[in-house]
Parts: sequence; C-alpha cells; structure tokens
Amino acid sequence: MPSEFFIPDPEGQIPSAEGYFGAFGGKFIPEALVAAVDEVAVEYDKAKHDPEFARELDDLLVHYTGRPSSLTEVPRFAAEAGGARIFLKREDLNHTGSHKINNVLGQALLTRRMGKTRVIAETGAGQHGVATATACALFGLECTIYMGEIDTQRQALNVARMRMLGAEVIAVKSGSRTLKDAINEAFRDWVANVDHTHYLFGTVAGPHPFPAMVRDFHRVIGVEARRQLLERAGRLPDAAIACVGGGSNAIGLFHAFIPDTAVRLIGCEPAGHGVETGEHAATLTAGEPGILHGSRSYVLQDEEGQITEPYSISAGLDYPGIGPEHSYLKDSGRGEYRAVTDDAAMQALRLLSRTEGIIPAIESAHALAGALEVGRELGKDGLIVVNLSGRGDKDMDTAARYFDLYDTDAQVAADQDADTAEIEGDAK
Amino acid sequence: MSGNIQLLSDTLAGARAEGRAALIAYLPAGFPTVDGGIEAIKAAFDGGADVVEVGLPHSDPVLDGPVIQTADDIALRGGVKIADVMRTVKETYEATGKPVLVMTYWNPIDRYGVERFTAELAEAGGAGCILPDLPVQESALWREHAEKHALATVFVVAPSSKDARLGEITAAGSGFVYAASLMGVTGTRESVGAQAQDLVERTRAAGAGTDLPVCVGLGVSNAAQAAEVAGFADGVIVGSAFVKRMLDAPDDKAGVEGVRALAGELAKGVRRQA
Repeated sequence: MPSEFFIPDPEGQIPSAEGYFGAFGGKFIPEALVAAVDEVAVEYDKAKHDPEFARELDDLLVHYTGRPSSLTEVPRFAAEAGGARIFLKREDLNHTGSHKINNVLGQALLTRRMGKTRVIAETGAGQHGVATATACALFGLECTIYMGEIDTQRQALNVARMRMLGAEVIAVKSGSRTLKDAINEAFRDWVANVDHTHYLFGTVAGPHPFPAMVRDFHRVIGVEARRQLLERAGRLPDAAIACVGGGSNAIGLFHAFIPDTAVRLIGCEPAGHGVETGEHAATLTAGEPGILHGSRSYVLQDEEGQITEPYSISAGLDYPGIGPEHSYLKDSGRGEYRAVTDDAAMQALRLLSRTEGIIPAIESAHALAGALEVGRELGKDGLIVVNLSGRGDKDMDTAARYFDLYDTDAQVAADQDADTAEIEGDAK
Repeated sequence: MSGNIQLLSDTLAGARAEGRAALIAYLPAGFPTVDGGIEAIKAAFDGGADVVEVGLPHSDPVLDGPVIQTADDIALRGGVKIADVMRTVKETYEATGKPVLVMTYWNPIDRYGVERFTAELAEAGGAGCILPDLPVQESALWREHAEKHALATVFVVAPSSKDARLGEITAAGSGFVYAASLMGVTGTRESVGAQAQDLVERTRAAGAGTDLPVCVGLGVSNAAQAAEVAGFADGVIVGSAFVKRMLDAPDDKAGVEGVRALAGELAKGVRRQA
C-alpha cells in the first residue's frame, strides 16, 4: 500500500544529483563532514524507497503526531481581509505544537537506521528543539540542543520543555546569540562527534541532501491541504501563504501546489522594524546570493561576504539565510516573497486570537499578516490557505509585554503614564 | 604579477632536503590591529616559521574553536577588510621574502569575486589559499583563477576522508595538503590525534604520483607535539597556540614577543631538537 503521509517529491528531478535547485544549493562543507553528509544522502535514498520505512513513519504520523491536521475556515478573521475566504492548515495541532515534528520523526527513524545513538539540533523558537527532544525521548536517543542565548530568554518555556524531555540545552553566546549562531555551534559539535552523532537539521537549508529531505518530510502539509480544499471549497486556492525563516513550513505547504500554476505561492519574511531600518531578517527581499551553512542561497551579508546580524521579534524567523529551493522559486518567479513587520505580525496574532479563538505562534502570525494584505488585494472572491505552522503558547511572554497584558509593576507604571497624560491634557 | 606558488613549493622542498618538517604558523589579519597583526607575523617568521597563513576573519567561523573566534571578533570589530588582509600579505612577504598564504572561508571570496581576489592576492605576493569549507567538487572556478595567477590551492583532508576522496583532493590541490589531525575545530589539545599519522600515510599513498607535501594541523601547540608530528609529516601547522599567546599577553608588544618565542620553540620541535 502506498504511503499516505510520507510523500516525497514524485518528480525527483529537483534538486539535481549534486543538490542544486537551479543556481542554488550544493554542498559547501568541510571535508570532515563529507563522509557523514554522504551517508545521510545514501541512507535517505534507501529509506525513501523502502516500504517499511514509509509504513513506520506513517504509523507515527497518524498515531503519535495526529495527522492529518485539520483545515479550519476562519470567517471572522477573514472579514478583516476584504471578505476573501481564508482557511488555516492547522500544523499547530500536531503533537509538540508545530509542523517541526513531521521532519523530526523522519530523521529520527533515519538516525536509528544509521546506527547512530546521539542527536544534535539547532533551534530558534524552540519548536524544532522541542520536537527533536520529543523524538529522542521516544526513540531513546541522547539529545543535545543548541539555542542562541537571546532565544533561550525569549522562549524560556520551550527551554523548560526540552529539559523536561531529557535533552541537554546549550545556550550559545557567540555572534548575534540567535539561530545562526546555534547552527554554527551545532556544526562544531558535529565535526567533533560525527562518528556516533546525527545532526537533525531543522529546516530546508544546509548542505544537500537536507533541503530536499526536510522538504520531503514536510510535503504532506501541502498534499493534505490541497485535498482538503478541493473537498471543502471545491477548488484550488488563489494563494498559499506561509511564513519563511529557513523555509521548512513554507516549502511543505507550497510544494504540492507548484504544478498548479494558477496558485500563487507567497512567503512572508520577517521585516522586523522595517526593511529600510536595517533591523530585519528579510533574506529574499534584501539579501544577495552567497554561502551560509553549507549551501548557496540568498544571504544577508555585506559587500565582503560577512554575514550581517538579523533581527526579528520572532525567534524562529530570526535567520540571515533561507533554504535554496526558496531562492530558486523566487528567481524563477514561481514564488513571491514579501516582508512583514513585527508590528503587522503582532496585530495579526491578536486579531486571530480574538476573532477565532486560535493563538498562533509569532512566526505563523507573519503569514496571517500577509494573508490580510493578499485577501484585500483579491477581494471577496478570493480563496486563501495559510499554513498555521505553530501555536503561540511559547510566545505569551513576548506578546504580554508587547500588548501590556501583565498585572505587574510594568502595567501599573503604564497606567500611571496614561494618568499623567490625562492630567497634562486637562491642564492645557 | 604572478603569485608565489613556486616559493611555497621551494620552501617546503628545502625543509625536506634538510631532513626536517616545515613550520607553518597561522595568525588572523587585523588582530589585534592590522599593523599589530603584521608585526606578529613578522615575529613568527623571525622566530623560525617557514610559512605563514594569514586568516581572513569571518563573522561565522564554523570550523574554529573559541580562541580563533575571539581573535576574529576583535579583528572584525576593529573593521578589518579584505584590503587589510591583502596589505598584511604584501607587507609580510616583502619584509621577509617568505611564502604567505591566506586561509579563508569561501563566502568572502565568492562575494568579493574570484578573479578580483586571486588577482589582488597574486599582486600582493601571496602564495595561495587554504579553503577549509570549499569541497573539491565545488572548486573548479577557484582553481581556474588560482592557476592563472600562480597561486596554490590547499585543500583540507580529515581522518574521515575515504581513500577515493584523498585521490581526488591530491589530484586537484597544489602547494601542500592540509591534514587535520583529528575530527574537530581549531584549538589547542593535550595530544595530537592518533589518526594523524594514518591520515598522512593514506594521503601520501593517494597522491603518490603528485609528491604533494602533507602538513598536519589542528591541536598542535607545543614543541614536543611539533617534534612528534615532524616524525611523519612534511609540515607542522600551528594556529590557536599563537593566537592564545597574544590573547594572554598583558599588552600588544608582549604578545608579539610571545609569538616570536613560540615560533622559536616550535622551530626546534620541527627539527626534533625539543
């Protein structure tokens, strides 16, 4: 029986054997990692064609993750988007609370097939770290998670979750102390421990075969969404929208729609304080082609190839690179990428919470903000699917500070400021 | 002006003729300042280094441990540019007449332009480049320009490298082969990896037709280790230990003297006089 949930790219022509999506991708890695990365490619290729692997993974995706994930129509939210119909692909309802588990379970099975006993991973928002720690608990693998020090602070809940699951969490203090630096440190660990350690990479970047393999594990998102939309709305959407950091949830949603040329594929990048301020992580909007973390893709860098420090309110999107397949989709014109500011994302987060009772992750809120824009552009006849890649529990501290939701001294101080303003207003 | 690949090959052959290993020192450009870095490299040569690798500081030095990361941070905060790296090569080569290479991650060259980088490096008197994250399969464009400008292409091999790859790398590389003594990032170690000798022997066997020298780096920090490696390799590469001398020194002048002293100790080591 063909696999229902593990659905690798049936064409299999992109990327090339060397891992190129057009001009992007490849394998820019130190010699010490060549044997290990080649082993991953060989083992993944074997697994992809092994019905037993698909059966095991399907079983986990159904009974552990909870696939298929729901498709939820959000009419009260959509009323703010010009009346277009909007459906959310509910990856937030997966076990562990995001899409990340799709890839992690696949690579955890692969780790076992390779006979490796230890897993390392990077994490930004902590969702990939939590999913990895979860799979390691399930499979009895030793687990070390690298996380930028700034991210361990803004996503403290996920640090506690990872430790509860038995993982070691290492706060990375180098560079910008965010996702990029966590990846650097994970590579350093991998070079030293590659004989018994698998680097369970969390996004569709990195050296070949990671961009293609991670995409294949997430491809189920778009395959399900496409089928569910045809059932529910009777037609394909006008636009499929997702947030883009490294790009894994976006490629997962987009990929099954690539042959449907009438479906616009729209990625929402983090504009932070605004692309014009320089404080952003909008790699495809403002970057140039270069090499970061093992592949050629768009990169935020200066004119001498030094990587510039990114910024986003969202830890999961705070990354100066992007998966090579997104660079290919951008340059070929098949994908559209727009930048969404912190403020627009936070407003969308609150709007979805209050109109639909769904609190999204700040990452996913970037896609929701994009959907509000695109919905207004499309008008009442529009049909949009948005990947709700993760739930917002982990972001409540950030959101509470942003919207002043705490009954604390900060709130009292804010109230006093307001009173003072009123008094001053009266005096005028 | 042509690059100095021949000078590099002659220098390594000269050491071999003396029945000893060559001493290759690594120091980042711009650390602690551009002029301070130049003084440190001159001191390394003065103390007995045969070859120097000038590091091009990078924002994301994935293959470097904490010591070189710290030096790179200091250099980048000081505003070091590729032009400063070229000036470092030029002034140290002109002052000593000895081979000076650049060691860099690939992205700065990719961004700067391969032709522009190789032309400027040759003009500065550089002998070549060590490119630790450019695998041989992705290196065709670089090698075309490096050959045009008479610059060496030094590839890194690792204990995990299979014999077939060692064959491809020795066939494509020039100047010498950089054999990583262990699986890991740069930094000083208590002992040199036991795999180093095996790797050197396998690399020599794979490159038997090329007679490319095989030099060992990663983890070598003192004269005793240098002497041990000199027993089986054509060259001994030392980086973090030099940088650490400078980081630990009370002032820049003392740092430069520390580099000179360490080079002297290591020079005895490679002659197995330690």
